[in-house]
Amino acid sequence: MEWETVIGLEIHAQLATKSKIFSAASTAYGSEPNTQACAVDLGLPGVLPVLNEEVVRMAVKFGMAIEAEVAPYSVFARKNYFYPDLPKGYQISQMELPIVGTGHLDIEMDGKVKRIGVTRAHLEEDAGKSLHEDFHGLTGIDLNRAGTPLLEIVSEPDMRSAKEAVAYMRKIHELVRYLEICDGNMQEGSFRCDANVSVRPKGQQEYGTRAELKNINSFKFVEKAINIEVERQIDLIEGGGTVIQETRLYDSDKNETRSMRSKEEANDYRYFPDPDLLPVEISNTLRAEVTASLPELPTAKKQRFIKQYKQDSETSTTLTSSRQLADFYESVVESSGCEAKLCSNWITVNLLGALNKADIDINQSPIDSERLAGLLKRIEDNTISGKIAKQVFDTLWDSTATADEIIEEKGLKQITDSGAIETIIDKIIVDNPQQVEQYLSGKDKVFGFFVGQAMKATQGKANPAEVNKMLKDKLK
Amino acid sequence: MHNKTITDLAKGLRSQEFSSVELTQAYLKRIKKHTDLNCYITFTEEQALKSAQQADKQLSSGKTSLLTGIPIAQKDIFCTQDVKTTCGSKMLDTFIAPYNATVIEKFNLAGAVMLGKLNMDEFAMGSSNETSFYGAVKNPWQTDSVPGGSSGGSAVAVSARLAVAVTGTDTGGSIRQPASLCGITGLKPTYGRVSRYGMIAFASSLDQGGPMARSAEDAAILLQTMAGFDEKDSTSVDKDVPDYSTGLNNSIEGLKIGLPKEFFNEGLNNDIANTIETAVSEYKKLGAEVKEVSLPNMKLAIPAYYVIASAECSANLSRFDGVRFGYRCDNPADLNDLYIRSRGEAFGSEVKRRILMGTYALSAGYYDAYYIKAQKIRRLIADDFKQALSEVDILMGPVSPTTAFGIGEKTNDPIEMYLADIYTIAVNLAGLPAMSIPAGFVENKPVGLHVIGNYFTEDKLLNIAHKYQQVTNWHLQTPKGFE
Repeated sequence: MEWETVIGLEIHAQLATKSKIFSAASTAYGSEPNTQACAVDLGLPGVLPVLNEEVVRMAVKFGMAIEAEVAPYSVFARKNYFYPDLPKGYQISQMELPIVGTGHLDIEMDGKVKRIGVTRAHLEEDAGKSLHEDFHGLTGIDLNRAGTPLLEIVSEPDMRSAKEAVAYMRKIHELVRYLEICDGNMQEGSFRCDANVSVRPKGQQEYGTRAELKNINSFKFVEKAINIEVERQIDLIEGGGTVIQETRLYDSDKNETRSMRSKEEANDYRYFPDPDLLPVEISNTLRAEVTASLPELPTAKKQRFIKQYKQDSETSTTLTSSRQLADFYESVVESSGCEAKLCSNWITVNLLGALNKADIDINQSPIDSERLAGLLKRIEDNTISGKIAKQVFDTLWDSTATADEIIEEKGLKQITDSGAIETIIDKIIVDNPQQVEQYLSGKDKVFGFFVGQAMKATQGKANPAEVNKMLKDKLK
Repeated sequence: MHNKTITDLAKGLRSQEFSSVELTQAYLKRIKKHTDLNCYITFTEEQALKSAQQADKQLSSGKTSLLTGIPIAQKDIFCTQDVKTTCGSKMLDTFIAPYNATVIEKFNLAGAVMLGKLNMDEFAMGSSNETSFYGAVKNPWQTDSVPGGSSGGSAVAVSARLAVAVTGTDTGGSIRQPASLCGITGLKPTYGRVSRYGMIAFASSLDQGGPMARSAEDAAILLQTMAGFDEKDSTSVDKDVPDYSTGLNNSIEGLKIGLPKEFFNEGLNNDIANTIETAVSEYKKLGAEVKEVSLPNMKLAIPAYYVIASAECSANLSRFDGVRFGYRCDNPADLNDLYIRSRGEAFGSEVKRRILMGTYALSAGYYDAYYIKAQKIRRLIADDFKQALSEVDILMGPVSPTTAFGIGEKTNDPIEMYLADIYTIAVNLAGLPAMSIPAGFVENKPVGLHVIGNYFTEDKLLNIAHKYQQVTNWHLQTPKGFE
C-alpha cells in the first residue's frame, strides 16, 4: 500500500530578551547554576509575576510577519503539573486566547512554493533544568532557565514529508532571526521543536493516529526522527498493529523513537486563566510601532534581489538566508559600485567558503563589507587579476589592511603598460624558437605555453587580455 | 497607654510624654501576660525594641510619619525578611522569608514597630482560626469562643490591646468576620488597592490586605500607609490614594443607605438583626435615608466562591512541594513519595479539602460545569451590586449570621463553617471595599455592622464609620481582664 505522511510542528523559539518573561532576572546562557534565578523564578511564597513588555512586542512582530491575526486581547493561563524543575507547580502559558492566531508561511520545495498554515503562536515561560548526573543518585535543579520567555509556534498538519518539515522549520528559524526576536541557537536550546507525526493510506481523508516526538534540537535530527517514526508506524500497521496516541522520545544515538507516555498517562493540565496577570491588550499604537519596525522579510527580500540585482533564484536564496548576509551584500554592492554579479560571486563562493571553513558566521567575518568592496573595485578596474585577487583576499582575512595597501605593499598591481608587456613577450619569443615553430605549424595548444611564460615572468601581474592580444599579433 | 488611639500616641511620642521604647515595652509586657490567647505565632521582641530605639531617634530628628514608633503586628501571611513566616501552616514552620512583602516594606518606611506575627487559619482557609497549625485562638470576650477567621490572631491582638493596630487579609470575609466577632474595626479595601506582593496567596483574584484597628480613625492611618499601586503586583491599580483622614468628619446628611433584603433572611439571628436595625437608626439620626434593595444572586455566592477560591488555591499551593523550601518529609523513596508525603504530612485537613475541591473543579470534563459557571455567577453578583449601588450610596447589613461560636463547635461540619461567611463572600467576588464596625453586643459578644461601598470609596466608608463612632461607644468597649 502507498502511505502518506502527515506532519505538524510545535516550535519553541526562545525570545531574545535581556530579562525573563515575568521577572527582572537575566536570561544570559551558561551561568553558574541558580545564579540567575530571583525570588519570582524560585516561586517563593508571596511572589507575583509581572509581564515583560518586550516579550509582547516580539510576539506581535512575529504575528505580523506571518500575516496572522494578532489578538487584541489575550490571556495567560496556568498549566498545572508537578515537576522539580517547575518551581510553582504550574507553568504560565496561554491556552484559550493566544496572542497570535492563524497565519501562514511559504516554503519552497524543488522550485515549487507550498503554503504551510500556522495555527497559533503563544507566549509561555520555560522551566528550569533537572541535572541527573554528578549527584550520586540524586537530582540537581538549576533554575537559571526558569522563566525564560518562549514563543510556541504551532503549525497545521500541512507537511507531507520530513523534508518539508525541515524546510518549514528552517523558514521559521530564518524568520525569527530576521525579526531579531530569537538568536536561533540550537545547541543552547534557543530553538527546538516537537513533531506530531502520523501516516495514512494515500487518498484517505481522515488523519491517522499521531505520535508526538519531543524536544528535537537540530534540523538533521528532525528529519531523521520523522523518517524513523514514519517507518515504525508503517511497519506497525502493515504488521497488523495500530498506532496509539502517545509522546515519544527520539534517541539520536540509536536513531530510534521510544515511548515516553501514552495518552492515558498524559497529565490533565487543568488550565485556567492566571489570576495574577491582567489580560494582554494590544493597542493600536503598539501595532503601528511594530509595523513600522518590521524589517523587509526574507521572501520579499529575495524577490527584490532577483529584480534589482538580476540575481538568479538560488543565489538570491543564499544571499537572503540571513538578514546580516543580505545587508553585507548590499553594502558591498553600494560601496564598491561594482557589478552585482561580481559582488555575489565573491560573497557566496569566496567569503562564505572561508566562513564555513572557519565555522563562523557573517557577523564574525574578519573581512567587513568595506574591505571586501575595496578588493572588488580593484578587480573591476583591472588593477589586479582574479587570480591575484584571491591572494589579496587571503591577506585581507589575516590582517586589517585594506586591499589597496596590500596591493601596494606587495607590488601586485597588474601590468597594463603595453610597452613593458611587449618587451617581455619579445624576449619569450626569442628564447623559445622551438615552441614558436610548433605553433606556427598549427599546434594551437602551444599558445597556452606562451601565456604561462608571460604570466610567470610578471608574477601574474600582466593583464591577461593584453598578453593574449599581443601574443596573437606577434605570432602571426 | 494601651487604650490610646494612634493619633494620641503620636502626640505623646512627640511631646516626649513617653518614648517608643517605653510604649513598645508596655505592649511586650501585655503580650507576655496574655500568651494564653495564642494570638501571636512569632514574637519579635528583640527586633521590636531595636526598631523602637530607631524610631525614638527619628522622632527627635523630625523625619517621621504618624506611625513612627507605633507598635503594630502583622498577620503571619505577609513575608517578613529574616523573620519566620508560617501562614499558619506546618508547611512553613521553618520558613524564614528572604524578602519583605510590599506592605511590610511600607510599614518599615513609615517607622512602625513590629511586635510579631499573628496567628491565622492555615493559609487563610477558615472562619474560626481553628485550622491553624499553631492551635486555636481564644476570643477575649469569651475565651471558650472562637475569634473568627482567618485573621483571628489579628482581631484578638487589637481587641485584647496586644497591639495598637494590625494587618489582616480578606479573601471571603477574613478581616470583617473576625473584626465583627471580636468587636473591632476592620476594612477590606477594593481589590487592587493594596499590593499583594509578598502576601502568601490563597485565592489571588479575591485576596486583599487591609487594616484592623480599634477605630475608623486608626484604620484610616494604617490604610494610608498600605494603599497604593505596586509595580510588583500587576493586579494592583494605578490610582491616586486619597487622604483617608481629612474627610473623616464630613457630614453624612442625605447619605442613601441600602439594606439588601437577602441580608436579613431566616439564617440571621434575631438579636443580631435587631442590633443592625438599631445601628441603622443611628445613621438615620445623622441624616441618612434608608431604602431596601436587592441582591438577587446572593444565594449563589457561597458555591461560586468555593469553586473559584478552591480552584485558585489548588494551583497557588502547588509550589509547596518539598523541593525548594518549607517542609520536606524524611527519607523520601522517590519523587512521588517526596510530593505525597511532604504535602500529606504538612497540610492540614481544611487545606487538603480545598486543594481537592479546586483540583476537581478544574479537571477535564468538569471545568465548564464548575469553574466557567462560577465565573459567570461572579459576574452576575458584581452586576447585582452595581445595580444596588446605583440606587443608593452604601449598603449595610450584618457581617456574620451569628456571634462568636464555641471553639470546636463547627469543626466537624465544613458546610456549617462555610456559612459563617455568607454575608461577606459576595463582596470579595465583586471586588468591592467593605468594613465591619462594632455596633453592639448580643449576650456579651460583639456584633459588627457591615458597610459596603462602591469601588475605591474607602475614604467614604471610613467617614461613615467614623461618624458613627463619634456618636456611639461600641468600639471603645474592652473585654474584661484586658482594660
